[in-house]
Amino acid sequence: MTDALTQVTFTAHSSQYLDIWRQFRSHRGAMAGMVILGVIIFAVALGPYLWHVDPTEIAMRARNKGPSLAHPLGTDQLGRDMLARLMTGGRVSLTVGLMAMLLSLSLGTLIGVCAGYFRRLDGILMRITDLFLALPLLPLLLVTSMLFREPLARLLGPEAGTFLLIVVVIGLTSWMHAARLVRGEVLALKEREFVLAAHSIGTRRSKMILRHILPNVLSPILVSATLGIASAIITESSLSFLGLGFPPDFPTWGRLLYDAIDQIQLYPMRVMMPGIAISLTVLSVNYIGDGLRDAMDPRIRGRR
Amino acid sequence: MFHYTIRRLAMALPTLLLISLIIFLLLGLAPGDPMAQLPLTIPPEVKEKMRLSLGLGDPLLTRYALWLKQFFWIEPLHVTDALFGSNLSGESQRIVSWQSRAPVADIIAQRLPQTLWVVGVAYIVGIAIALPIGILSAYRQYSWFDQLGTLVSMIGFSVPTFFTGVVLIVLFSVGLNWFPSLYDTTLQVTDWQSFFAQLRQMVLPVMVLALYNASQISRFMRASVLDNLREDYVRTARAKGLTEKVVVLIHVLRNSMIPVVTVIGMGVPQIFGGAIITEQVFKVNGIGELLISSIQANDLPMVQTLTFIFAALIVLFNLITDILYGILDPRIRYD
Repeated sequence: MTDALTQVTFTAHSSQYLDIWRQFRSHRGAMAGMVILGVIIFAVALGPYLWHVDPTEIAMRARNKGPSLAHPLGTDQLGRDMLARLMTGGRVSLTVGLMAMLLSLSLGTLIGVCAGYFRRLDGILMRITDLFLALPLLPLLLVTSMLFREPLARLLGPEAGTFLLIVVVIGLTSWMHAARLVRGEVLALKEREFVLAAHSIGTRRSKMILRHILPNVLSPILVSATLGIASAIITESSLSFLGLGFPPDFPTWGRLLYDAIDQIQLYPMRVMMPGIAISLTVLSVNYIGDGLRDAMDPRIRGRR
Repeated sequence: MFHYTIRRLAMALPTLLLISLIIFLLLGLAPGDPMAQLPLTIPPEVKEKMRLSLGLGDPLLTRYALWLKQFFWIEPLHVTDALFGSNLSGESQRIVSWQSRAPVADIIAQRLPQTLWVVGVAYIVGIAIALPIGILSAYRQYSWFDQLGTLVSMIGFSVPTFFTGVVLIVLFSVGLNWFPSLYDTTLQVTDWQSFFAQLRQMVLPVMVLALYNASQISRFMRASVLDNLREDYVRTARAKGLTEKVVVLIHVLRNSMIPVVTVIGMGVPQIFGGAIITEQVFKVNGIGELLISSIQANDLPMVQTLTFIFAALIVLFNLITDILYGILDPRIRYD
């Protein structure tokens, strides 16, 4: 009897995800985005194992070369291999995007759940959110990057210091939308019968949030996660583009583009390659987010 | 409505004060040293005197109070003096840039027209493109036009503006040589020829910003029109025998503009932020370029004033759009 029951709930459970997946698959843009993003992640993660060229090795005799067998995408103004630099740069850009998104989502979810669940915290937390939304983010990002880059670099080394700074700064300035979204969902969930039922059997607050509230706000979190990665990648590359991101010998896509701007008339391809990489990544992530939103929305699911 | 406006204004002031305090603390407590750029040959005691002369010896809160007084009292007095030829301000100390020793307000006033020209025109062009596209793709949902519009707007807000700018430079100024890649701010419009030169150099930056703005606004417009097309009043209007043109362009358009107007209003301060990058690409010496160059030169008074002006713009336009929303939509009453 119990076996049969769990069986039924299990299939009902999995079919919901199956529904979402089916709807997601019918979104052509999202599927294309998945494929393209998969290829980019694959190339960036495994590429350096297959292509053993040091991205920081300077070869003055092989400067500004076009594509050849030794350098499939050519070399830059110091003779460094562009393919290897693009792959390493992509690693950094994607990691920054992912980590910043994780930080901003955890912060946003924490604040959103607290504001939605504990009525006493709601007012103050939402005022703080409004305050953050009124801050001019890009100027502040630039200022913090300028002020804290060198002390942190001295403390942790140039790469780790800048990495930490950029991830933390992007995370701290992009949690507001997630917090608002989560708060709204939690407010609605709190009035539902299953929460009342859980309450009546004496579920503790921590358990209530972890077991009943969080799993149910997962879908808006997931959607804003994908959009968060996209905007974090853009922000990081904008910082690098303005010369306030990673140090010069440390390639990221934004930095590569910035370095190539000076010689754009002679070697436009060197600007195009990192630019296309950024744009393709962000575009496919945005399409995946779009598809996820459609797939998770039960009002849209089943239409079309 | 009036009470609501007063209440919001009263709320905006502490918000602005808090924001200015945050900015000030961020700049004041940062470990960086504004004297770090000076040559090493300057002896330490002279350096110390320079620090004191810049007011860096005072406690942080004194400096904050002084800045508040300068920004909210002395600078407006100077501006009225300049406008009306009066002499209210006398010999009072203004906020002075560390970089050029000129009053911050004067430099901003010099830079503002370039930004307003390029960014403002771009925003208007963006809105003018976005609205028809949004309406048409909602009216013909899932048609090829809608699909194409979705793709273009997806590309528009996925591709960062610095890359769009670079691609346009490669295409139109390096490849085809139609437009200049740099914005020449010394150009004076005196006759038709210089007017066309001005137009030509504005085309590329305006295109970049307009594409970015249009892609966002057109998505909102499409969603809003779609919502309204399903409403009962549309069916009533059609049943009365009104032509499609009247139904869509008068009944639906007016109602679907309400949320879009707020989106447009909220976007106004954001273009200043987005324009920082575009101005850098095309070397337009506007506000954004000023911010970047003063950040790089550690010019704290300038950075602080500019950042605070951006924040004030955001607060102001949020206020304006909230009030506008109440006026445009009679269903929303705040009192």
